[in-house]
Amino acid sequence: MTLAAALPRDPRYLQIAFLSSFLVAGVGWLGFDIPVWQPPLIMATACVTQWAMTRLFRAPPVGYLSPLITSLGLSLLLRTDAFWVGPFAAAVAISSKFVLRARGKHLFNPTNLGLVVAMLLTSHAWCSPSQWGHSGALLGWFAAFGLAVAHRSFRSDVSLAFLGSWVLLKAARIFYLGAPWASLQHQLSAGGLILFTFFMISDPKTTPDHRVGRVLYAVCVAGLGFFMLHGLWWQNALLWALCLVSPLTPLIDRVLPSGRFQWPGGGAPERNDACVSVSSQPA
Amino acid sequence: MRFRVLAAGLTAGFLTLAAPAAEAFCGFYVGKADSSLFNEASQVVLVRDGERTVVTMSNDYKGQLTDFALVVPVPVVLKREQIHVGERKYVERLDAYSAPRLVEYFDEDPCAPQLAYEDAIPMAAPTAAGAPMNEVRRKSLGVTVEAEYTIGEYDIVLLSAKESSGLETWLRESGYKIPPRAAKALEPYIKQDMKFFVAKVNLKEQKATGFNYLRPLQMAYESKKFMLPIRLGMANAKGPQDLVIYAMTRTGRVESSNYRTVKIPSDMDIPVFVKEEFKQFYPALFEKAHAREEKRALFTEYVWDMGWCDPCAADPLSPEELRALGVFWLDGQNANMGGGSQVVLTRLHARYDGEHFPEDLVFQETSDRQNFQARYVLRHAFKGALACEAGKQYLRELDKRHQQEAETLAKLTGWDLGTISKKMGDDAPGKKAGGGKAPEPWYKRLWQ
Repeated sequence: MTLAAALPRDPRYLQIAFLSSFLVAGVGWLGFDIPVWQPPLIMATACVTQWAMTRLFRAPPVGYLSPLITSLGLSLLLRTDAFWVGPFAAAVAISSKFVLRARGKHLFNPTNLGLVVAMLLTSHAWCSPSQWGHSGALLGWFAAFGLAVAHRSFRSDVSLAFLGSWVLLKAARIFYLGAPWASLQHQLSAGGLILFTFFMISDPKTTPDHRVGRVLYAVCVAGLGFFMLHGLWWQNALLWALCLVSPLTPLIDRVLPSGRFQWPGGGAPERNDACVSVSSQPA
Repeated sequence: MRFRVLAAGLTAGFLTLAAPAAEAFCGFYVGKADSSLFNEASQVVLVRDGERTVVTMSNDYKGQLTDFALVVPVPVVLKREQIHVGERKYVERLDAYSAPRLVEYFDEDPCAPQLAYEDAIPMAAPTAAGAPMNEVRRKSLGVTVEAEYTIGEYDIVLLSAKESSGLETWLRESGYKIPPRAAKALEPYIKQDMKFFVAKVNLKEQKATGFNYLRPLQMAYESKKFMLPIRLGMANAKGPQDLVIYAMTRTGRVESSNYRTVKIPSDMDIPVFVKEEFKQFYPALFEKAHAREEKRALFTEYVWDMGWCDPCAADPLSPEELRALGVFWLDGQNANMGGGSQVVLTRLHARYDGEHFPEDLVFQETSDRQNFQARYVLRHAFKGALACEAGKQYLRELDKRHQQEAETLAKLTGWDLGTISKKMGDDAPGKKAGGGKAPEPWYKRLWQ
């Protein structure tokens, strides 16, 4: 636990470090199709949107760690051939935290919503989930697991519940089809899956408050994603599944109430009143 | 049995077509690396719009025609009208149009007034076709013949099966020589409720065609599945197989969604001697790039609007040629409608084996319309007399450039730098390029 003690209290610093290193590796070594100016442009838009929305909704300022994480996630996953799509996705992602709320929580994971809206509304956005390659993904799993274990605030229950269900569903399918087991390993070594598991579905601000609720939520996303991928042959099925399951969170929170999540070392305590109120900590 | 590549003839070099200035590459087109450079490479044309798909499978089967057979998992039972025998020349055209290319530039006289210059398909080999099997036997094996057609020189059977061992037995008893691991490879397709397209050559019809080769088989169907079944073909493969996929869509580039898709290294200056060795150069480059990606990636070799090319390894295909390859949305209109072509071609090159490609290739269409081509540049040095100061400066720059070209070539192909330098002759780094004095010693300009 000495390692955990040495880590910053707020796990978002670690997330930023991990996502940045993934981005640097992607652009520097793996030849991701991302122009160098795109990540800074996305970051700038996200921070400006956060600032403007905080003022517009008269919400207490909560810093820029979360918009940075959203920006890094978008930079890693979003591909586009138009310069404005990245900033557009970032603006949608950050605004959604202020606009689309229920029971004092924002409804959608910002990165997820930014990606989905960009893919739905523009004809210039797509995701390339397999661009990390085998060894890159292996290192990614190692690092992400390490971070999650070292830092308990990662809310690894969602990640593990999702991953467990996903691997089980995938393994069951391979067993049923009689396909080679190597294909399971191949399917799991996708960089997009790591980001989804540790940095998207695990977002503590948009997952249910109660642990049982979170596990239920994760299993729903895995099940729906699996059906969309193998039943409907949709690409980027997990992104669509998360977006569709997210609105269930207020319902799960109502059935299984529990304490609201706060980032450690964060600002003022969350207001838990009416749906129209703005949370003190949009993440 | 595996598909072999088509041998497309090299056309003579010609000047590039006029092209929009913003993306003009210029240079003289001098050669291309078509798919014939790779041994036993299959070629597949995939045309996709929404859920509509047209697949063209081209092969240059060299053995006894009685031995030819093809078993392809397909998502639906195809009606007769959905199957067609195409022409090989259109696939050859597509190959020539999209092939990695070599271009050359000639340096201008630095002493003259300055002008700006710039820069496998799854299959199994049968023996002679056996006697037709009776209905009772088919039923006991769980195999249903959904349809049977003779189209062109092919006898085609569409099968559905309940279990892989029954299908394997059926194929064996019908005279197909199935590799030992076929049942294992067939099973996942049966479980996914896929049908099997089985073709063999009808010798009588083949004679009537007057062709001494087999024409490509084409099929058109609607399916959510945008994929290519490669696993069956690996069952009897001895080593890695090359597959060139020409994907044409209305929206943009195609990439694999379950394998890393990377662009082949491109747009580099390499020594001019490669003009004579392009056929060795490109396969060596591909091999190196493939190894660097740990043999688990697909390579994009070309992405372009069908409206134009620059430099052109061959002219863009005409609407008629595109239609023959299955581009169904042109409907007599020009392929090149104002604002951009209605057809975007992606050429993907995969080298796969069972170890590194454990599952079939799944594709996704992106909205990316940015052009890309595998293009390698030869720059010829100015060979005339160089008396002026600008000429001396040019020679110093030239030497640096030759050094760089040699290193680039070594990096791209893994060839030995010493051998490269030797082959570069007068252009070898450190040698005086363009004739005249020996290069200036390094210390001469040190204290000037």
